[in-house]
Amino acid sequence: MEQVPKIPKEKFKLLHKKDNQAQESLGTPSLTYLQDVRRRLFSNKVATVCLILLGIMVLISVFAPVVAPHNPNTQRVEYSNLPPKIGNLDIPGFNGMQNMDGKSVDAYKAVNAPKDTYYILGTDYLGRDLLSRIIYGTRLSLIVAVLATLVDLIIGLPYGIVSGWKGGKVDTFLQRIIEIVSSVPNLVVVILMMIILKPGLVSIVIAIALTDWVTMARLIRAQTFQLKEQEYILAARTLGESSTKIATKHLIPNLSSTIIIQTMFTIPNAIFFEAFLSFIGIGIPAPNASLGTLLSDGQKAFRFLPYQMWAPALILSIIMIATNLLGDGLRDAFDPQSSD
Amino acid sequence: MADEKTPIVQVKHLKQYFNIGKANEVKAVDDISFDIYKGETFGLVGESGSGKSTTGRSIIRLYNPTSGQILFEGDDISKIKNRSPRMKQFRQQMQMIFQDPYASLNPRMKVKDIIAEGLDINNLSKNDDERTQRVEELLNMVHLNPEHMSRYPYEFSGGQRQRIGIARALAVDPQFIIADEPISALDVSIQAQVVNLLQDIQKQRNLTYMFIAHDLSMVKYISDRIAVMYSGKIVELASADEIYNNPLHPYTQSLLSAIPVPDPEVEKTRERIDFDHKKHFSDDQRLQEVQPGHFLYCSDEQAKKY
Repeated sequence: MEQVPKIPKEKFKLLHKKDNQAQESLGTPSLTYLQDVRRRLFSNKVATVCLILLGIMVLISVFAPVVAPHNPNTQRVEYSNLPPKIGNLDIPGFNGMQNMDGKSVDAYKAVNAPKDTYYILGTDYLGRDLLSRIIYGTRLSLIVAVLATLVDLIIGLPYGIVSGWKGGKVDTFLQRIIEIVSSVPNLVVVILMMIILKPGLVSIVIAIALTDWVTMARLIRAQTFQLKEQEYILAARTLGESSTKIATKHLIPNLSSTIIIQTMFTIPNAIFFEAFLSFIGIGIPAPNASLGTLLSDGQKAFRFLPYQMWAPALILSIIMIATNLLGDGLRDAFDPQSSD
Repeated sequence: MADEKTPIVQVKHLKQYFNIGKANEVKAVDDISFDIYKGETFGLVGESGSGKSTTGRSIIRLYNPTSGQILFEGDDISKIKNRSPRMKQFRQQMQMIFQDPYASLNPRMKVKDIIAEGLDINNLSKNDDERTQRVEELLNMVHLNPEHMSRYPYEFSGGQRQRIGIARALAVDPQFIIADEPISALDVSIQAQVVNLLQDIQKQRNLTYMFIAHDLSMVKYISDRIAVMYSGKIVELASADEIYNNPLHPYTQSLLSAIPVPDPEVEKTRERIDFDHKKHFSDDQRLQEVQPGHFLYCSDEQAKKY
């Protein structure tokens, strides 16, 4: 065995405690939790794009009376079923040309429309401006979505937390109520609602309010059961934290991913439910537009006038995809562990 | 320590049952009594399911005791109501350190807010600066860099997390701390670090500990007196040396015989003492003092032998 060379004492240097401390110091400024969430959300490009898209849609819906080029319910039968046309620009698909008996015809000329009359997305079978109808329809669908989400958060979330947190008899009682509520299909609720109320936004929203929170309440209850045995909840209790504070400080932040994912299911569900009701004719009454009624109308003439269905379908799809992707982004943003 | 005998916690005939009256009734803690004296470290050992954690949680009132008394500095705290002013005061005097450093810190909160939780609840800091300063002090006390207070728990190792948990417990200036297996989830190399920290803080602040554990060698190292629990009962209670050198209860003897020794020669010949539940328990037994300061769970007849 080779002799290990002796290292002279002078070669050793005491590593200063200070150096060690400096290594551990942080360069980044300290942010609050919500600032952190915002930073993480905006560092996610897909989520940011979706947020902007949805933001634009919400803005347009809010300012619909200002933005919409025409009154969505004004009928001009002489201008019925006109194809899309933007000004006098000759963009294929948006130049007012229509295929008739194998020939391309300027549909606007055929009905003797003045030169400055044009409809960006065309008109429907009663000559109503499709773009304006889509704007108003989106507005209605978004109202339904927002109300459904609010009901989820205002009824479903506290209901689930109370049920899970209290446990025992309270939980059993609350769960029996949930079972009763969820055993009634919401279509039945809507139809019953028709008896008392006129068909329309109010009856749809009430039907959603009565039935839609159940899933949220169930998921939150199951999660709360899991969380309440966690030691940090016990620690908060030994420190004397009140139950309400435990719910807001400890439970809800840790439930946030469940809440967000469930909300992202609720929004498309509510929009589809409204569209479905309007499609089968017991939703929004004529002449008001919703994405559902527009799809229903467009579907009738889809083979000849496909643009009447493409546009509302596209908007609906964008809302769905954007909410889903934004939901994913939000879930990640709320989780500190997923950072950067 | 043991000679200045002012009890800080007195447990009298504490019973903690779960699912009372149902088929699956559990007598987790069944009629136990002991005193914990000011400034001492009281060790509580026993196998899994023997009721040691339940005892700790009953004393700190995470559970409502089924019956019995818990006196804290002479006051019965076993019946005080949640949310009463007395409870709020009591919550400041007694604190707990938890077993699992990964589950005992809220993953969505920053270290600063975790430690300051007790300060916020009891309005112990007047403004934000004072709060930050207090958290800094606490972090220094547990040998963590105060700059780390803006981090999240997942960025720390198990030992560091446990020290954050200790800082949180210390924030409200308690006199009595229940440590519920604070080191059993840690790496062996980290265990000593945390135990030494606990002892240093105990000296500095004149704290009293109840140390729950199943690692006998560690309990011997830290405790002044040790109680051995088995199936919801205390079977033996004596000073740490007494328990180790003169175990009287067969269960204690069995436990001690299970400690491995880092010496192959000894290990070859080490004999485990088996413990048979049926043989050693009967209805006429109770905890009684058989030698000065040495309590044993036995019948009157057996007690006379000593």
